[in-house]
Amino acid sequence: MQNPYEPYPVRIDEVTDATEDKSLKTFRFVFENPEDEEKFSYRAGQFAELSVTGLGEIPIGIASSPTEKGFVMFTVFRVGKVTSYLHNMTAGDLMGIRGPLGNCYPWDLLEGKNIVIIGGGFAFTTLRSSIVYMLDPANRPKFKDIHVIYGARNPGLLLYRDELYDWEQRDDIHMHITVDGTDDPDWKYNTGFVPTITEQKAPAADKDTYAIVCGPPIMIKFTLPVLETLGYPHDQIIMSLENRMKCGIGMCGRCNIGKELVCKDGPVFTLAQLNHTPREY
Amino acid sequence: MEMIKIDKKDWNKGLDRSRKTYRLVGPVKRAGEDLAGFYELADKEHPDMGAADTVLSAKSVVYPQTEVMFRYTTDKNSPDCNRLKRPAADYSPRAVIGIRPYDAAAILMLKKNFDTPDYRDPYWCDAYEACTFVGLAVDAPSSTDFSTSTGSGPFSEKGLDVLLVDMAGHYLAKVLTDKGAAYMKAAGWQRAADAKAAAQQIEKKKKAAEALIVSSVSFDKIARKSILDLYKADFWDDVAFSCINCGTCTYVCPTCWCFDIQDESKGKTGVRYKNWDSCMYPLFSLHGSGHNPRGTKTMRARQRFMHKLKYFLDKYDDGIMCVGCGRCVRSCPVNIDIRRVCELMNRYGPDPDACAV
Repeated sequence: MQNPYEPYPVRIDEVTDATEDKSLKTFRFVFENPEDEEKFSYRAGQFAELSVTGLGEIPIGIASSPTEKGFVMFTVFRVGKVTSYLHNMTAGDLMGIRGPLGNCYPWDLLEGKNIVIIGGGFAFTTLRSSIVYMLDPANRPKFKDIHVIYGARNPGLLLYRDELYDWEQRDDIHMHITVDGTDDPDWKYNTGFVPTITEQKAPAADKDTYAIVCGPPIMIKFTLPVLETLGYPHDQIIMSLENRMKCGIGMCGRCNIGKELVCKDGPVFTLAQLNHTPREY
Repeated sequence: MEMIKIDKKDWNKGLDRSRKTYRLVGPVKRAGEDLAGFYELADKEHPDMGAADTVLSAKSVVYPQTEVMFRYTTDKNSPDCNRLKRPAADYSPRAVIGIRPYDAAAILMLKKNFDTPDYRDPYWCDAYEACTFVGLAVDAPSSTDFSTSTGSGPFSEKGLDVLLVDMAGHYLAKVLTDKGAAYMKAAGWQRAADAKAAAQQIEKKKKAAEALIVSSVSFDKIARKSILDLYKADFWDDVAFSCINCGTCTYVCPTCWCFDIQDESKGKTGVRYKNWDSCMYPLFSLHGSGHNPRGTKTMRARQRFMHKLKYFLDKYDDGIMCVGCGRCVRSCPVNIDIRRVCELMNRYGPDPDACAV
């Protein structure tokens, strides 16, 4: 069994600004050893530890989709020591990634279902992975209607803007892009907070309809009651959590929410599962 | 099960003989240090069997307080720039002499965390597998010892390869595993004791030691209460009132396993290492955003007790994460007592055994 703390060496292939304020950047990594890419076989919803020697590791959701080959992609908010350093690294630099870690969205269960993706702000990374995965021609027939409600404070803070606008043109996915506010007179999409747009646009609850919700705490707080009002049962509301992590493999002991570890038993939980935990996240 | 008699005059000789194949670890008090601890013994050094009740547990034998995981260079001219390398470490056989039965039982609990079906922590597991545990039964339990009620006990054999019982002029050695038999052979201790008589003598000493243990914990009702009911119980502020979050309990505890990972560079080289960490510290769970899901001392004290007495119990269905060594009770500067907290939790709320009226 290999050392689970040892990262795979990867090279930064491309760094792009993910938001107009440059507080988030998107990194594409290419595995130095092609066989490592096979070992890093992941599903949408999982995360990895990005390792920068001399600074440490950070747990980040995988933003690329398993259907995208030849690279892995992460979008990172500049917040602390590792992320600040990472933001100054450039294409060609060698670093490490460790994973894939944690569980994924319950894809086996979600097959044949309507999917409603609700995201806010920076928490759209594994949701992007999920959308790209579902829209892959080989996978799209496995799912019924796909709705996406995604909002940010203003248009410049929406992640993956070009893709969002492309998806908007497609007829096999219902996009509901929104911003809290904008002074752009040409803004073609919704204006309003995510919970409000959810109330207006989310499909009615149904035994075959599952919501995946990721966003800042304030968005979650006001979106869950909307889904409840719409009749979504708690086991059909899926969430992805974050907590401080070190090992990512269930050993270092800090990310627990009761007896569950966010890194290993999560990060994906249904609201029904979370209701039985102390919710220390 | 083999019983061997070791005359104390042959004790050091046997230890020395075993050094050909084993590195020895045992309790010693070293010059310049206040406390005895479990250390790897130098060539002519012998364990101080009278100092086996160490303030810090023996967990550091397999789980050092600080351990290098990787070395690296950040020198761009080096082909190894930014590549992590696990340094070579000595995992040749080690015999841990004089470990107390509750500490050996605790190491089995740590094993549940570090050796799982999904992942194997190679640092912990390699060190563990190198070890042969030659334990020393407790004849005079401390007043804070409650090990008999946690599934361990002064003569517990859990996690041990050999159990030594001090019979004044000699040790009776109960050989429990093949690893233990191999060590006895390497030490040249092969004089079989009369198995039946030895077993009777040990049983007698065991009963006497157990009778000296005056405190206990009950957790029979904790398993049937919900995590949320216990989490929301009204006694946590009271339990944590005097707590100063110093972390002493977690450091002296043989079953606390939480750790941190840090990089430390000097110039262009450095190490990534594992350090013991503690759920008592705010940084343990602080998010990058500044949010802390366990932001108050009450939440942190509750996390420690809930982890030991409820989460672990629910997760593994194999008792509580405590061996009853009593160290945290003795070392706590503000007299927080896990036995009292366990009792509060066990008694909290409606009695699951009570008849409905």
